[in-house]
Amino acid sequence: MPRIVFIALVVLICGVATAEVADVYDFEDRAQEQRYQNLIAELRCPKCQNQNIADSNAPIAKDMRDEVYQMMKGGAGNQEIVESLVGRFGEFVRYKPEFDSRTFLLWATPVIAVFGGLLVVVVVIVRSRRAGAESPALSAEEKARVDRMLSEKEQGGSS
Amino acid sequence: MKRFLLFLPLLVAVAVGVVLFAGIGKDPTRLESALVGKPVPEFSLRDLRNPDDLLDQSLFRGQATLLNVWGTWCPACRDEHDDLMWLAEEKGVAIIGLNYKDNREDALVWLDRLGDPYRDIIYDPKGTLGFDLGVYGAPETFVIDAGGVVRYRHVGVINEAVWEQTLQPLLNELQGGG
Repeated sequence: MPRIVFIALVVLICGVATAEVADVYDFEDRAQEQRYQNLIAELRCPKCQNQNIADSNAPIAKDMRDEVYQMMKGGAGNQEIVESLVGRFGEFVRYKPEFDSRTFLLWATPVIAVFGGLLVVVVVIVRSRRAGAESPALSAEEKARVDRMLSEKEQGGSS
Repeated sequence: MKRFLLFLPLLVAVAVGVVLFAGIGKDPTRLESALVGKPVPEFSLRDLRNPDDLLDQSLFRGQATLLNVWGTWCPACRDEHDDLMWLAEEKGVAIIGLNYKDNREDALVWLDRLGDPYRDIIYDPKGTLGFDLGVYGAPETFVIDAGGVVRYRHVGVINEAVWEQTLQPLLNELQGGG
């Protein structure tokens, strides 16, 4: 009985996992289908913002998938397909915007953050080293006192 | 120097606050049209009222127009319809309709019942011109100059406020200049 329940669960869960937007398109080979999937995964739906057109059920996303497919069949390159959709719907549809003067900060922020962090770490280390050399933990007077105390203890212990 | 560093977190918090505050009230669903400054895309589609006539982009030449994208399936289009009637009748605005992903019978019944504010209506049942215009919902309204170049896109319903604040000044400018 538990086995039947388990199998039923597996079947149900698989059903959910594969219930994505299913359009019927024919591809020449596996590579072309993969190319199509990659393209629709990095194009953003203008209607259902924050969904790509692969996931979106909006009619406009369907039209965009159709266009991608048709252009692909017509022999267009990825660049050309994306450009044609950007020409209609604007830069918004790119999930990976081009690197230019407007998107410079967007792309550069992670690098800036990493270098900023490294800079802080370096400054902290250099400062603590310099501080260590200039003002040792014990002054000369204190050191002499400690030496004296230690030697006294040694003498006391041996006798 | 040490004193200054103590204020650093405050400065960062203020900077983040300013950036976030600037975003409040902005509607992220309103996107700038990619077609602003470009001519209306080429098309060849049937006239809604006269199925035998073909319309193309030369429709937009000679007069500054509004291109209103609508469909009978779109509840918000019903909302703005009375305002479009008002614009056409009281203000004498030339409005060209783009009947988007609709069917002819329904559209004609709708116009019969509610009035027809359009100078011409392009019948686009498959949404091909809509797609080329970057329409991602209805209603949308484009302002097009007398040379057939897209000047502005308004996403959403047109009402008196939109007309007075945005569309009227723009149309006046276009008519004054041309």
